[in-house]
Amino acid sequence: MPRLYPAFKYTVIALWACFVAGPFMWAATTSFKDANAVQGGATYLPWLQYEPTATGWRNIFGGSGGVDVLGPFLNSALVTVAASAISLVLGSLAAYGLSRFRYRAGFVKNSDIVFFFVSQRIMPPVVLVVPFFYLLQVAGLLDTVPGLVIVTVALLLPIAVWVMVDFFNGIPREIDEMAMLDGCNPLTAFTRAILPNSLPGLTVAAMFCAVFGWNDFFFAFRLTFTEIQTLPQAIVALNSSIPPWWTLSAAALFGISPLVLLAIWVERYLSKGNLSGAIR
Amino acid sequence: MTLHATGLSLAADGVDHLKEVTATFRPGRLHTVIGRTLAGKTTLLRVLAGLQRVDSGSLTRDGADFLRTPVWRRDTAMVYQQFINYPHLDVRDNVAFPLRRAGLAREEIERRVEQSLARVGLAEFKERRPSQLSGGQQQRVAIARALAREASILLFDEPFANLDYKLREQLREEFKTLFSDQGDAVVIYTTTDPAEAMMLGDVVLVMHEGRIVQAGAPHEVFDRPATTTVARIVNDPPMNVFPGRIDGDLITVAGLPAGGVPGHLAGLADGAYQFGLRATDVGLAQSGVEGEVTFVEISGSETFVHAVAGQTPFVMQIEGIHDVALGEQVFMRLRPERLFAFDEEGALVRSPACETVLAGGR
Repeated sequence: MPRLYPAFKYTVIALWACFVAGPFMWAATTSFKDANAVQGGATYLPWLQYEPTATGWRNIFGGSGGVDVLGPFLNSALVTVAASAISLVLGSLAAYGLSRFRYRAGFVKNSDIVFFFVSQRIMPPVVLVVPFFYLLQVAGLLDTVPGLVIVTVALLLPIAVWVMVDFFNGIPREIDEMAMLDGCNPLTAFTRAILPNSLPGLTVAAMFCAVFGWNDFFFAFRLTFTEIQTLPQAIVALNSSIPPWWTLSAAALFGISPLVLLAIWVERYLSKGNLSGAIR
Repeated sequence: MTLHATGLSLAADGVDHLKEVTATFRPGRLHTVIGRTLAGKTTLLRVLAGLQRVDSGSLTRDGADFLRTPVWRRDTAMVYQQFINYPHLDVRDNVAFPLRRAGLAREEIERRVEQSLARVGLAEFKERRPSQLSGGQQQRVAIARALAREASILLFDEPFANLDYKLREQLREEFKTLFSDQGDAVVIYTTTDPAEAMMLGDVVLVMHEGRIVQAGAPHEVFDRPATTTVARIVNDPPMNVFPGRIDGDLITVAGLPAGGVPGHLAGLADGAYQFGLRATDVGLAQSGVEGEVTFVEISGSETFVHAVAGQTPFVMQIEGIHDVALGEQVFMRLRPERLFAFDEEGALVRSPACETVLAGGR
């Protein structure tokens, strides 16, 4: 039955596409509805089934009854970009060290250190909230952007280290060795010979960092109060006893838009990595 | 600039990678290090390059300690067996990389890149990435980079081993010319191929299980292998080594009479010896040492016949294509005038008259 297979394949793909895209469609239509249209049962086609209105979208940009998400958006962007950048720099350096040099402290070896990094993400985040709160309080960084950046770096660093250790392990060691024979010290070997070949790995790590950093609600919620609000907080704050679904939908779509754009832009760098000429 | 290694030793996981290696590498000479796989050749090069630490021993450069000099200050270029280039750089920038690190002037970099790429025949490929080149071309890029540096130590770790036969022959020919004018550089080249070692080397060092078992001029090592191990390593196919006896003026091999004692072995005491005989010096005959054929391979215009006499394996290299069946009983003629005599521990006692004739030519 060879001819059945393509049909089956495309059916599965179509179903999965609906499953993935469905919620977005739902949110997209809802964001253009008003209260009546939302309550009147499921409708999908604008103008035919409901009259589209931009109320939801107006509300999230300071319209009456809503909030201005632009401030929280900028806070989120600042925290995400700063924390991701710091994590990538520190993470690649740590990962390079763990990939290329042997460390030993008693029974603790390189792989144990890598696991130690990763294990930071195994425990439930709630465990960390109290210590973080205390530490930020001591440092006077509660409810500030730098405080939130520090906490976010702590969350993102394990991911960056993990991704980059794996990536560096895949780069032939001979390339560093040759760079050193060619006159590089270990640091310049890293920056001149290894980093330029690490774009795919860095892209993956950056993507993970951006997603986790951008979507963090929990820590921002617990560690900031009045001065600083991030986008997920602002969206949650929109909720009330009668949820304004249209506003929430607009805010949610607005909230994920940077990640969608990032994913589209970044995708081409993922496949560009070409180490095939390095070693045979 | 002379490199002098004394008693270099390195062991890991109970295996000796280097064992008391003592050697002198002189400027302007091409040293070939020959040994089987895992003999410690690569380890030796890595130690000389500073990429590997040793457990004990010393390494000096013109009398000054060299072991503690970091890799990037050793002025050493190395070409790996795998084709290592910088994947993100095109051919030109690959060759220019070490020159830029050394802070040479732009024009000088330009000149050396052009010159060395021309010498390896890659002038047309400056804009290519390594991944867009064939294996042989990639290795040429690596060689060009090593050449362009005009480093004082040049290390080649079986540079042509991963290439196909034809290309290997060709690059080997070119190599000799390329390095004829390296001036005062110390050049060290490792290989498993006797023909390569003999043809390229001014000095041949034979390595076995981490030790340098013999060092000397190619003809010296070839004509007077210090031990049976060396004799096997520096011949391809490996030299036949078999037990035998001298009794009066008669030689017996594997319990069978194999002829009279030849002139060069005259005067040796009666007793047990190990004899060595190159594959080219054993032939098929109507009578002689009887053996059973175990394997036959035909390579180009030569036939390699493997046979066992008693417990002793022999290999014969015979001109022309011969049709010999597996399991066939054959008689082998051993050329007595070509016999090497080793004592029972394997040390050379007597070698035949020197008349070095090498496959590949010199």
